[in-house]
Amino acid sequence: MPVSAHEIEGHFRHEYGRCVATLVRFLGDIDLAEEAVQEAFTIAVDRWPATGLPPNPGAWITTTAKNRAIDQLRREASREDKHTQAALIYARDQQHGQDENAGLETTGQVGPVQDDRLRLIFTCCHPALARTAQVALTLRLLGGLQTPEIARAFLVPEATMAQRIVRAKRKIKAAAIPYRVPGDAELPDRLEAVLSVVYLIFNEGYVASDGGALVRDDLCAEAIRLARLLAELMPDEPEVLGLLALLLLTHSRRAARIGADGSLVLLPDQDRRRWDRDLIAEGQGLVRACLRRNMPGPYQIQAAINAVHSDAADAADTDWGQILRLYDQLLARAPTQVVALNRAVALAEVDGPAAGLAAVDELELIGYHPYHTARADLLVRLGQHAYAVPEYDAALAATANAAERRFLERRRQAAVQRAG
Amino acid sequence: MTQYMLAVHHDDQPPISPEDMQQSFKDVDALNSEIQAAGAWVFAGGLHPPSTATVVRVNDGTVVTTDGPFAETKEQLGGFWIIEAADLDAALDWASKAVVACRLPVEVRPFQEG
Repeated sequence: MPVSAHEIEGHFRHEYGRCVATLVRFLGDIDLAEEAVQEAFTIAVDRWPATGLPPNPGAWITTTAKNRAIDQLRREASREDKHTQAALIYARDQQHGQDENAGLETTGQVGPVQDDRLRLIFTCCHPALARTAQVALTLRLLGGLQTPEIARAFLVPEATMAQRIVRAKRKIKAAAIPYRVPGDAELPDRLEAVLSVVYLIFNEGYVASDGGALVRDDLCAEAIRLARLLAELMPDEPEVLGLLALLLLTHSRRAARIGADGSLVLLPDQDRRRWDRDLIAEGQGLVRACLRRNMPGPYQIQAAINAVHSDAADAADTDWGQILRLYDQLLARAPTQVVALNRAVALAEVDGPAAGLAAVDELELIGYHPYHTARADLLVRLGQHAYAVPEYDAALAATANAAERRFLERRRQAAVQRAG
Repeated sequence: MTQYMLAVHHDDQPPISPEDMQQSFKDVDALNSEIQAAGAWVFAGGLHPPSTATVVRVNDGTVVTTDGPFAETKEQLGGFWIIEAADLDAALDWASKAVVACRLPVEVRPFQEG
């Protein structure tokens, strides 16, 4: 069967993280690994249209890239007298490569290779790298995104993103950032960084901080793919499952979140028939699995809150008492102002808008638009429309997202009319 | 193995009490012994204050000597360790101990190879 260039690209994108991860361990160098995979891609574009798809494209790419890298290093060894280096690598290949290749090619079993991807993600998210670099490297090396795509996603010039990635890779090499999964003592902190990176990628897609579209599905999908990978590689870490559940449940509402005019639709006003039931079922299943394990953490609790929302047939049916209890738990573990704001919103549903407003007024979140929006909405519910208007103004001043702005302008207009 | 400099930076923080200073010296001595015992030791030293520094530079082809630190900043290099470690995580382990012992922030930088 003929294979199109587009299809080949898809296979490489899909297998990129797995192949690069294996080659980084084999070659001890990220750039060499990426070059080797790129070379394999050139060969595939040349051959696959004629030969058809190999039975296991991932194994084909890894083996071809590995062979290319060995050839390349042999050539360099004869030219620049790097005998030792090439010999070393060749020896490693002889020692470990064979059984691994055999395993890959015959069964597609990827035991040690899975560990490689886990190593790679911990290297990409090492605390010695800036968060922006962690995100870019993770998308590029694990997600197989090209630098221009990542630049577009984060609205930075391509040259800036390229520079960021080059610098990060140079630092990994020069400072000898290790290629391994951290030991038990470090794991909780280091895993937290990995989960934050994935969550940040999702959120950047979910509420694009700038520009016209509210949701950038490609980034959300990539974050979910990464979360699935982590859940597959670390099935015993409840927070990993919690993060995946949180992303799935949030993502299940994406179609209902945008109105016909492109403006944001808040949870109570969403058409729940447009929620994705499959994602909800999967997310709720994960939440139940987490509950059975009883090792709660911030992601699991946020997932549980979303599961309660997903359970309600309509907004009025929402079990706000349960949600408030979950926010209390979350606040005990993650005592941030943002969590306290969300708790105050839940409190308003349980004890009324006056209680909610009193809780909101204790916070210092000036300039954070959800704070101003929550305050404005509570004032409206208390009939204090004139006070709500400047709060909507403050919220508008704090967001550049077009869909959110349309939503806020409508609410502001309604408040102005009622105040008059 | 990679060599790293653990550079101790004096910042704008108020000075610590004489007692704590004495304890800090003891802690640094103990850490030095630990680094040596682990075989990670290359070199270490504390520096006199920046006011004792002299800068030498070339001006129009002539070597000129002037008083003062090279950079007039609040943060100044106060001393350093040079250690050998398997990777950055191992170097950061030593740096975590160093920052506790000397009560000042520590910057970890790899040496160029060869």
